[in-house]
Amino acid sequence: METGTEPLLADDIESQNPIIEITDVHKWYGEFHVLRGINLTIHKGERIVICGPSGSGKSTLIRCINRLEDHQRGRIVVDGIELTHNIKNIEKIRAEVGMVFQHFNLFPHLTILDNLTLGQIWVRKTSRAEAEKTAMYYLEKVHIAEQARKYPGQISGGQQQRVAIARSLCMKPNVMLFDEPTSALDPEMVKEVLDVMISLAQEGMTMIVVSHEMGFARSVAHRVLFMDVGQIVESNTPDEFFHHPQNERTRLFLSQILH
Amino acid sequence: MRQHPVKPMDSSRTGHLKPPVASTGAIGWMKVHLFNGVFNSLLTLFILFFLYQILPSLFRWIFLNSLWCSSPAECHDIKGACWSVISNNYRFILFGFYPHDMQWRPLTAMVLLIMLLMVSRNRSYWKKQLLYAWIAGLCFMAILMKGGLLGLAPVESTQWGGLPLTFLLAAFGLAAAYPVGVLLALGRRSSMPAIKALCIVYIEIIRGVPLVSLLFMSAVVFPLFLPEGITINKILRAQAAIIMFTAAYIAEVVRGGLQAVAKGQYEAAESLGLTYVQTLRLVILPQALKIVIPPTVSILISAFKDTSLVVIIGLYDILKTTQTILANPSWMGFSTEAFFFLACIYFICCYAMSNYSRQLEREL
Repeated sequence: METGTEPLLADDIESQNPIIEITDVHKWYGEFHVLRGINLTIHKGERIVICGPSGSGKSTLIRCINRLEDHQRGRIVVDGIELTHNIKNIEKIRAEVGMVFQHFNLFPHLTILDNLTLGQIWVRKTSRAEAEKTAMYYLEKVHIAEQARKYPGQISGGQQQRVAIARSLCMKPNVMLFDEPTSALDPEMVKEVLDVMISLAQEGMTMIVVSHEMGFARSVAHRVLFMDVGQIVESNTPDEFFHHPQNERTRLFLSQILH
Repeated sequence: MRQHPVKPMDSSRTGHLKPPVASTGAIGWMKVHLFNGVFNSLLTLFILFFLYQILPSLFRWIFLNSLWCSSPAECHDIKGACWSVISNNYRFILFGFYPHDMQWRPLTAMVLLIMLLMVSRNRSYWKKQLLYAWIAGLCFMAILMKGGLLGLAPVESTQWGGLPLTFLLAAFGLAAAYPVGVLLALGRRSSMPAIKALCIVYIEIIRGVPLVSLLFMSAVVFPLFLPEGITINKILRAQAAIIMFTAAYIAEVVRGGLQAVAKGQYEAAESLGLTYVQTLRLVILPQALKIVIPPTVSILISAFKDTSLVVIIGLYDILKTTQTILANPSWMGFSTEAFFFLACIYFICCYAMSNYSRQLEREL
């Protein structure tokens, strides 16, 4: 990862190769039709915030991108690899795509440091010494290096989420997915996590963030998507999205969350 | 503690307050634990009275009026315990029909096993070398028991008996049943229908029959299916029955542990790119198995005691050797003492297991 590069502008983004291509994706949970024909192309370096009411399918969509959920119709291509039932492809993609969860999902039986080295050692086959060096580098980056020997249960929620971000970064992913990263946090801890995400954005990471943090969306996103009942209803730059929403449902949603 | 919003607490005053005298020290402890309330006080007094009635006569029976090394005839005239039944027959009780002049061999094997178990208690020794030590130790124990190598005279396994046999059945039974049980538990949660069905059928059938019937099957029915001329050692068959039985119970306990691990743990491990096997080995099982330490240990303890059921298929484990002594006319009528001794041996083993499990729970 190149550090300290300037953030890409929206125009440059278009010229980059698409890193994720989603074409007419449908998904059902039993009878329930969660995703109803999603089309979305994401370019390298692009940062997207997805918002929408609960049950609109936004979490399901990003979970489909690293195949924690499988889609039943349509195509998802990540970094040139199509997501199919081929298990080898899935493991390859999962190592390329980092994921941060609402409830952190750190491994409680391992120290912070071991949480960060696990994937490197077993998936990337790096040596322990090398893996620990990388781990400490990213722990420094999320300002939590002094906690490396503790267990997840001994640190605060905000710290745990920063560790979870560092854990994903250790795998040197091309894309980072965030599934409501701040919604399980106490209010005073939201900022420390968003700050880490903003600095990640400034380094040019491709990010897809499901979040209702509108301030974050305004300052970081290239595009904001609004999803409702399994469809992408609106997709626009943050400025246009917040000031001139085109769709009635978007307007209604914004009026409810922006007091 | 509730904070007062207006006046902050005066720490200089509250900082030096000591707890009330009555709640600490021996008197305080007694007051809290033995005499809090009328009912509990009555209960305490009743139990004290009960112990007063029981303990002195028990003490007299065990120590004062007892004989430790005497002939059976002398024992009939005393009021206390006749420990002579043990001291005169301990070699048969402990080693069964193992040839008398070679009984140092099972003794050495047992001491070796106990030493290995003691060393294995300490988690900092859990390295490759310990595994090699176990393999070497087990081979050496087998040679000691069986003979025929290193100038040791061969001893048929039909002559094995007593405590070594109990330890053998228990140690191998538990060590083999545990991994089999884990595999069955994983199989039962598998998304592959054939494997899942197989595991469910196995677990439910085995849990649906008593161990006694499995042992009978292994001893009587199973040999009928073997081609003529082929026999499988009786101990081995009993051992297999114990493993199959215990594994089914362990499987259900481990399945409970697997269900207690949050779904997010699988997702996090998979999103790092770990394979299914790695996810289980590195993330899920360490958590699941730790959760189920207490129920697993109670299964292991009951399995250890259940090894005594092999008496019904004619294996001379320590229970059977004790019964054999008691069938001897000169020692008839001293079963209390003999079974008391037996109970002590079982208790020591089971208590050691439960003690270790608590240590393990603390450390993990």
